[in-house]
Amino acid sequence: MVNKKPASVPQPPSTQSTELLRELVAHLSEHRTQLREEWASRITEAQLLTAMTKDEIFAEATSVYDNYVEALATGTLEALQSYSRNLSERIIPRGVETHEVVGIVLLLRDVLARSLFAKYQGDFTKLNRILDAYEPAANRIANTVAVGFVQERERVIRQQQEAIRELSTPVLQVRERLLILPIIGVIDPQRARQLTEQLLRGIRTNRAKVVVIDITGVAAMDATVANHLVQTVEASRLLGATVIVTGLSPEIALTIVNIGVDLGKMNTVGDLQGGIEQAERLLGYKVIPVEEATAAA
Amino acid sequence: MEVPILKQGRYLIATIQAALSDEDLLHLRRALLERVIQFRSRGVIVDVTALDVMDSFATRTLRDITYMIRLRGADTVIVGIQPEVAFAMVQLGLTLEGVATALDLEEGLAHLERRARSSS
Repeated sequence: MVNKKPASVPQPPSTQSTELLRELVAHLSEHRTQLREEWASRITEAQLLTAMTKDEIFAEATSVYDNYVEALATGTLEALQSYSRNLSERIIPRGVETHEVVGIVLLLRDVLARSLFAKYQGDFTKLNRILDAYEPAANRIANTVAVGFVQERERVIRQQQEAIRELSTPVLQVRERLLILPIIGVIDPQRARQLTEQLLRGIRTNRAKVVVIDITGVAAMDATVANHLVQTVEASRLLGATVIVTGLSPEIALTIVNIGVDLGKMNTVGDLQGGIEQAERLLGYKVIPVEEATAAA
Repeated sequence: MEVPILKQGRYLIATIQAALSDEDLLHLRRALLERVIQFRSRGVIVDVTALDVMDSFATRTLRDITYMIRLRGADTVIVGIQPEVAFAMVQLGLTLEGVATALDLEEGLAHLERRARSSS
């Protein structure tokens, strides 16, 4: 996430271009208000950052502009880097896309370059030298902001993946010695592994005799994962628990047949209700309506 | 290291207390068979709670013990396989086919009781 490399714009070797850069910064500071406004209106025109209000765009534009000019002046990108991380943190939850962030930074580069054209249009050699100093620095800044945004985004995605993984595998006890394990969503090998571990641990701690694994919420699984499911069933048996698999979709049934699993080893029932009923039978429970029970007594 | 074999009524209980060498396993096999004959036991429980590894030889020997004891008309239950061990065994394809397993000693005894009731 944090770029460990020392972030700095390579200083142009000659003092001359340092001089030019200084002149450039002076120009940008001088025309701050005007350029900033132009930039903000270009952003609105290009229909970027539609998730934000005009005022917000202007406020962000101001701080980006100042950071941008500062990065040009000092030649270090650290402040800009931390600002862009901070900005990303704020705008990602609001649905701002990568292309928008890259777009606005490129727009700013554009707006500034145009103002340079306008200023030095009489002196072509000078304009060239100014652009020589300006462009590499501007590119590096654009790069930094875009990379900061993407890194922040990746961090958010990783965080969410972990959260989903933790949430997605409950092992629930519905009756003494009867566990259910509802599986919803896509099972990848890693999640399959985690499921197995949790189930085996659950069998031990709850002293379960019967487990119903419900995969109604799983649309498809590949051969690896199907194999893993079969292994889970066998491992549970080694702990003395019977596994009933319910809610197999036609696709999964086909996968299981294709990989050639011995169905004698797998106890399958159509739906979760049927699975729980069979589990109750195995455990010796009999569910009867209250009226019948009182009539019989 | 020798595995103690305890007699509990009509059942025998062998508790493995540490990792066994191949020789120890063969010794356990012989000793269990002898005891089953000697005490006319109806069932045998092998407790492997203390094992954190089960290799193919141990698995095969346990299976052989079960089959041999079955030929004497008695049932065998393997109890206390650890979750991690169970998963590793399955991944290695060691599934103890045809061998009864139970969570722990209590469950194993309950299993034997049920078997005794249903056969009598």
